[in-house]
Amino acid sequence: MDLGDWVSTPQNWVFLVVALPTLLAGFKVVQTSNVVHAVLYLVGALGGSAALFILLGAEFVAWTVVLVYIGAVIVLFLFGIMITRAPLGFDVTLSHPVRVRVAAAVVSFVLFALIGGAMLAEFEGAAIPETAATRTAALGASIFERFVVPFEVVSVVLLAALIGGIVLARRDPANGEEGAGL
Amino acid sequence: MLINQFLLLGAALFAMGVYGVLTRRNAVMVLLSVELMLAAVNINLVAFDRMVGDQLAGGQVFALFLVAVAAAEVGIGLAIILLIFRNRRSANVDELDLLKL
Repeated sequence: MDLGDWVSTPQNWVFLVVALPTLLAGFKVVQTSNVVHAVLYLVGALGGSAALFILLGAEFVAWTVVLVYIGAVIVLFLFGIMITRAPLGFDVTLSHPVRVRVAAAVVSFVLFALIGGAMLAEFEGAAIPETAATRTAALGASIFERFVVPFEVVSVVLLAALIGGIVLARRDPANGEEGAGL
Repeated sequence: MLINQFLLLGAALFAMGVYGVLTRRNAVMVLLSVELMLAAVNINLVAFDRMVGDQLAGGQVFALFLVAVAAAEVGIGLAIILLIFRNRRSANVDELDLLKL
């Protein structure tokens, strides 16, 4: 597929319209000096990824990301910020000093170049076929027939996380001490 | 649509997440950057699933499992950060150096 074909496909323009704001939001998540803004930019990045899932025809995954991530996880993060009394306004000490940031930027750029270069070399010209969107019924049948054992394991993981979260975060009423020892 | 445009977007978001984990001082912000990395992995999984055209939609099922595990990870992670904050009066990862000689 050459550039002319790529540009004349409307899906690619939708991709660009969604992907560029997603990248910008992702950059602002790690760059902004305001904790609440960082969480709200993460909403933008995750919403962009959900829009890309719809573009790919994975509707159930897209709405699950909207419900679970944007609906629940983001609220959890906002509670975490408030409980740990992170400075809510503009705060220059939120990130490490410039020296560390330059080193981290080099590391992450090298990582991006390695991953991106490997992907470009391996999947040169491979296209996503324009098939019908995955139906939620087919996905549900797949989960509850072929992937039923991993599904049960994930439910046990969630139960363990639930119990673990309560045990870790509650205050111990027996000895009046705040939380478990560390 | 080419598969590479999704893979490059995923790689860029993942690299941004790595940058955030390395530079952020506040533990909640580190966890936020990890979420960004998980979102990048999700994009790769769904894109490959659509490219292969798997009858079982294995990539999408994995993406759903990833969402569930990420939710569990955030719950436990925030509980641990809350506990650290109660004991140390700070959620700054630089000050958590008890194991340092």
